[in-house]
Amino acid sequence: MSTPPSPLWEVFIRARRGLNHVHAGSLHAADAETALRNARDVFTRRNEGVSIWVVPSSEITASSPDERDAFFDPAGDKVYRHPTFYDVPEGVEHL
Amino acid sequence: MEYVLGLADDALVTAQRMGWWISRAPELEEDVALANIGLDQLGQARSLLQHAGALEGDGRTEDDLAYWRDDRDFRCVHLVERPQTDFGVAMARLLILSAYQNELYAALLGSTDGVLSGVAGKAVKEVAYHLDHAHHWVVRLGDGTPESHARMQAALDAEWPFVEELFTPADPALVASGVAADPTALRGAVLDRIAKVVAEATLTLPEVAPRLGGGREGRHTEQLGYLLAEMQHLARSHPGARW
Amino acid sequence: MAQVYGNDFGTPDQQPGRPQMPPGPADLDPETFVELLADEDRVEPRDDMPAAYRKTLVRQIAQHAHSEIIGMQPEGNWISRAPSLKRKAILMAKVQDEAGHGLYLYSAAETLGVDRADLIDQLHSGRQKYSSIFNYPTLTWADVGAIGWLVDGAAITNQVPLCRCSYGPYSRAMVRVCKEESFHQRQGFEILWTLSHGSPAQRAMAQDAVDRYWWPSLMMFGPPDDDSPNSAQSMAWGIKRFSNDDLRQRFVDMTVPQSEALGLTLPDPEIRWNDERGHYDFGTIDFTELFEVVKGNGPCNAERMAHKVKAHEDGAWVREAAAAYAAKHAVAEGAA
Repeated sequence: MSTPPSPLWEVFIRARRGLNHVHAGSLHAADAETALRNARDVFTRRNEGVSIWVVPSSEITASSPDERDAFFDPAGDKVYRHPTFYDVPEGVEHL
Repeated sequence: MEYVLGLADDALVTAQRMGWWISRAPELEEDVALANIGLDQLGQARSLLQHAGALEGDGRTEDDLAYWRDDRDFRCVHLVERPQTDFGVAMARLLILSAYQNELYAALLGSTDGVLSGVAGKAVKEVAYHLDHAHHWVVRLGDGTPESHARMQAALDAEWPFVEELFTPADPALVASGVAADPTALRGAVLDRIAKVVAEATLTLPEVAPRLGGGREGRHTEQLGYLLAEMQHLARSHPGARW
Repeated sequence: MAQVYGNDFGTPDQQPGRPQMPPGPADLDPETFVELLADEDRVEPRDDMPAAYRKTLVRQIAQHAHSEIIGMQPEGNWISRAPSLKRKAILMAKVQDEAGHGLYLYSAAETLGVDRADLIDQLHSGRQKYSSIFNYPTLTWADVGAIGWLVDGAAITNQVPLCRCSYGPYSRAMVRVCKEESFHQRQGFEILWTLSHGSPAQRAMAQDAVDRYWWPSLMMFGPPDDDSPNSAQSMAWGIKRFSNDDLRQRFVDMTVPQSEALGLTLPDPEIRWNDERGHYDFGTIDFTELFEVVKGNGPCNAERMAHKVKAHEDGAWVREAAAAYAAKHAVAEGAA
């Protein structure tokens, strides 16, 4: 069989209206239309979705685990971005 | 009842043939897809058989009707009866059948038989997907490689003589009372739909004489007997058993 | 070596073929890796990992995927003959799930840098294995019940701990698989329950199926711990959480009371409750048969492989057409 392996697609599914599309897995298909249909059959057999995105896996740019420290650590000490950082006097509501 | 049995048996026999494909499809993804289509058809068949049993009023269940009728009592068309062990044939047949069922169930949405219109309401969405699936593959096989083009054309040629039987007139009384959808009235839309797909697939509509049918009156192909023998043998080996 | 879906091991005189692995991004030294695991709990695809970890995972996940796919055949064998329309629908949905599970697992393996087509090639050429349990024939309808109850029961016992496996994509695939499989074992139990409460002929059919599938199901957990030298490594790496014998015992403890509820006899006169151990004792497993099946001498090895290879070859023209169509239309779109 000389057919080249068909491309890999990443599948994202919106479980319900009001929720984000979430990565569900990946599958092979020759083209986007086929990928979409396959995703419907493979990942939503039990009513798991109301909307599907497929994206060629090769088109995804990912952050590298090597850069993890430089990428994510700087956010670690900025605790003032979280509301729990602030003291509120007792008795003050709706804040 | 005869009319409902016709619809039910088309779906049941299609499900039986589709089940063969599970573990034999060209790709794993297609195993899953064909199983879905088979399950939809089986679900339609069960609802329709239950309804047929209720119309008859003798207490026969879906299983009594599926497993304990002989082939002369089946009402399916020849199109669905023959083995389909070539993927091109399976897709050609699915295109024809789902184009027909698509118009059929759309028309039955307005049936004066409440159960039939209910079944149609669910089925119309299912067969729209089957039609889409068949469309998708017929186009890819027709407009794929030279080999796939030749094989898809051959498959279409092989199935085409069985198309006309789908439009065998139904009982005029049922059509008049708004229970049945008039098959002859579906013909134009069905053929039109198929013709568009065939053109997109760079294939040619076959010009062949239709075969004599007879399925709706219980005159079947020889292959139906083998299909039923396989499907029914276990149930019939244990009369009265529950499973 | 880790046990997952049965015989992930060779016979004493034969080790299974190793997959051809592309070099990983980095061959992390195993000690650092174990420390990292303790820290991070989960490994994700682009993390550094020892080459041996990657290799073990690829082989295990691939075998697991192959098992799902070959496992479609013994049950698929009864789709056309299921004795009621309800059972036919359930069985079609179940065999379909197995294809789906194979797909989830192949995807998980692909995150390790292998291609599904290569894995399938290795299956077809016999370089990778699948669970030996699927080399037994399904002779009667009751076998469909026995496979659901015993074979899926054993598989689930193996798979539940894998939901916490150290490799993220594998563990996530297993969460999905386990969730979907919960109906598989139940439908098998229900088939046997109905048969064992049916006619004498149905009851005999059920007992016969349990007689044939009991011992092979126990063998699905792999050889005894003493003969499973690589298990320790897999446990240190968090690929495997419990030993073969522990999982086997867990399965026996669950299954014996269920067999009593079914009113069917497990074909082992030595099964009895051991108060001291708090477990059921059971007889010694004769692994010589299993090794014969692993070597390819089982009742259906040749048929299962021939079926799979034929389906693949018969579908080649379709896959080629899909690729050709996609290429043509990608060019057309690019030009437009």
